[in-house]
Amino acid sequence: MSEFFTVFAAVLAALIIAPAIQKHADRWWSGLTDIRFVQRNGVFISVYLVVAVVFWVLFMIVLPQLYMVDFSFRHNLPLEEVGGPDDVYTLENYRYLLFGRETDEAWLNWLHLSVFLRTIIASVLVTVANFALCYPIAYYMAQVARGGKARLLVICLIVPFWVNEILRAFAFRILFGTSGVINEVLQGLGLIDGAIDFLRADVGLYAGLTYAYILLMIFPLYNAIESLDHNQVEAARDLGAPWWRIHYRVVIPHAKPGIASGCTMVFMLSAGALAIPQILGGPSSLWFTQIIYDWFFQGLNWPQGSAYALVLLLACLVFVLGVMRLFKVSLGDIAR
Amino acid sequence: MNSASVRRLMTGFYILLFFAYLFGPLVLMGAAAFNSAPYPQVTPWEGFTWQWFGQLAQDDQMMDGLKNSLIIGVGVVCLAVPIGLAAALMISQIHAQARSIFYVIVVSPVLTPGVILGISTLVFWQRLGDWQGADFESLYYDGFFLTVVGQSTFISAYCMLVFLARLQRFDRTQEEAALDLGATHTQVFWKILIPFLRPAILSAAVLAFLTSFENYNTTVFTIQFESTLTTVLAGKVRMGTQPDLSALAVIIIAITLLGAIVHEVLRRREARREAAAFEAARRAEMETDLASLGQEPATT
Repeated sequence: MSEFFTVFAAVLAALIIAPAIQKHADRWWSGLTDIRFVQRNGVFISVYLVVAVVFWVLFMIVLPQLYMVDFSFRHNLPLEEVGGPDDVYTLENYRYLLFGRETDEAWLNWLHLSVFLRTIIASVLVTVANFALCYPIAYYMAQVARGGKARLLVICLIVPFWVNEILRAFAFRILFGTSGVINEVLQGLGLIDGAIDFLRADVGLYAGLTYAYILLMIFPLYNAIESLDHNQVEAARDLGAPWWRIHYRVVIPHAKPGIASGCTMVFMLSAGALAIPQILGGPSSLWFTQIIYDWFFQGLNWPQGSAYALVLLLACLVFVLGVMRLFKVSLGDIAR
Repeated sequence: MNSASVRRLMTGFYILLFFAYLFGPLVLMGAAAFNSAPYPQVTPWEGFTWQWFGQLAQDDQMMDGLKNSLIIGVGVVCLAVPIGLAAALMISQIHAQARSIFYVIVVSPVLTPGVILGISTLVFWQRLGDWQGADFESLYYDGFFLTVVGQSTFISAYCMLVFLARLQRFDRTQEEAALDLGATHTQVFWKILIPFLRPAILSAAVLAFLTSFENYNTTVFTIQFESTLTTVLAGKVRMGTQPDLSALAVIIIAITLLGAIVHEVLRRREARREAAAFEAARRAEMETDLASLGQEPATT
């Protein structure tokens, strides 16, 4: 019955409001079409453009990020107390990352800080290793290989990366496990006596991370190097430059935007990786994202988790800005 | 043996090593799918079997996750492609100073770790729901909705980049010509811009779907009580004890290889057709040239 009244009231309201809207509609309409943006796109397309972009920028990018910042400065309160007198700003979540619980004996919260530092340093190393691994291949594909061969190489590169990230990590588990292929082969050759626990030693983790992001390093490099005129390399060679100087003085300066792009992507993805450390990390070794994950799903302390996430975000931001400064490139060159 | 051939040999060796690193783990995983040992392993080889494929089809959890992944993938395509298109069309029209800020804002999700996108989406929409006093069945707490929104945050940026690349080659005079001839703006949009962008729309949709399908970092936070294929897989792999995972990988690799081969064959056929058309055009041109040459003495 109440539904009927709701509909009835809505119809009534519409009947009352409609003439008022009609009176003003013409004015609004002409006001709307006076805007140059609307003139250029037409009314319906303009509305679509504005709605889609505003929804994206505000409700998907800016407001969630800002809210996460706000949230990370709050206490972990039950739902009833949100907005109540206890809902005040606090630095507690950040203090905890640095110093741990107040009752702890140690001055600093080494457990979490060391994981954070290890994540950042290991990500930098993975990035560097990835660059060293991919540069020769990218150069070969872009400057040496021709036509069909280059295309075959591209296809060979892409195919492994269509396999899910998690399954790729699983492949490394089969490879590096205590009864994995490498252990069996080494034992079969008589090189080692007992099985080596590669996963506990994090060999599997670093190999897996390097493997996972090869494609994101190689393609920016390839695109950048491909645009280099091969005559420049020839000219340098004719003038007597050794091969390492050709790379150092001709190819790498030209490929800077590609290097910056590849390095930021690989760093960001390895620092923010969650699945690979969960699967390939040894039982005692943690990645910073795993601590964040635990705050959310085991500690059930979301503000604390947000604070940690924000610290990770800041670290990535510092790295991106650092790389941009180092290579003197703009964001437009990186994100392409 | 001179230094050039040594260098060529070393290059070849390096490429060989590189691709061994790339394919080795996958080949071994594929082999494990056919080993009848109850633990995913290649050595010792205990005999050839198909049983893990059968077991895979009976895994309800995984099939359920697969279904959810497909639904979310379609949702992301429906949300991210229109948003990416709108942003790409918008970016050339806004004021030059605002443009760079706009660009930084919309590209930033690409350079943000996925976990952070997931967390911020989850925290924001839940609080919005609390604030509205919405009940727990509503959209604000819905794993599917949050996952689609969270993934689209950065997938829209991918789509935008795809559209921007295509728009660079767009000839604005076509639009102006249509407008001069009396088309409305909406007509121009549907009859000129969209047909021009059709290949880009297709590739953006494929990219969006695939990215969504294999996303883990964002999904794991936003999906909550539901599951997708990747979250089910991650749970199983952490236990790491079932060979049917390798069977799934074999299926995925097989589909991928098939797709790559079909794509390459189609591309080659297209190239051959273009070459044939080019050849025909050249021959026709030569014939007319010859004909005119033949006529030349007569005319002079």
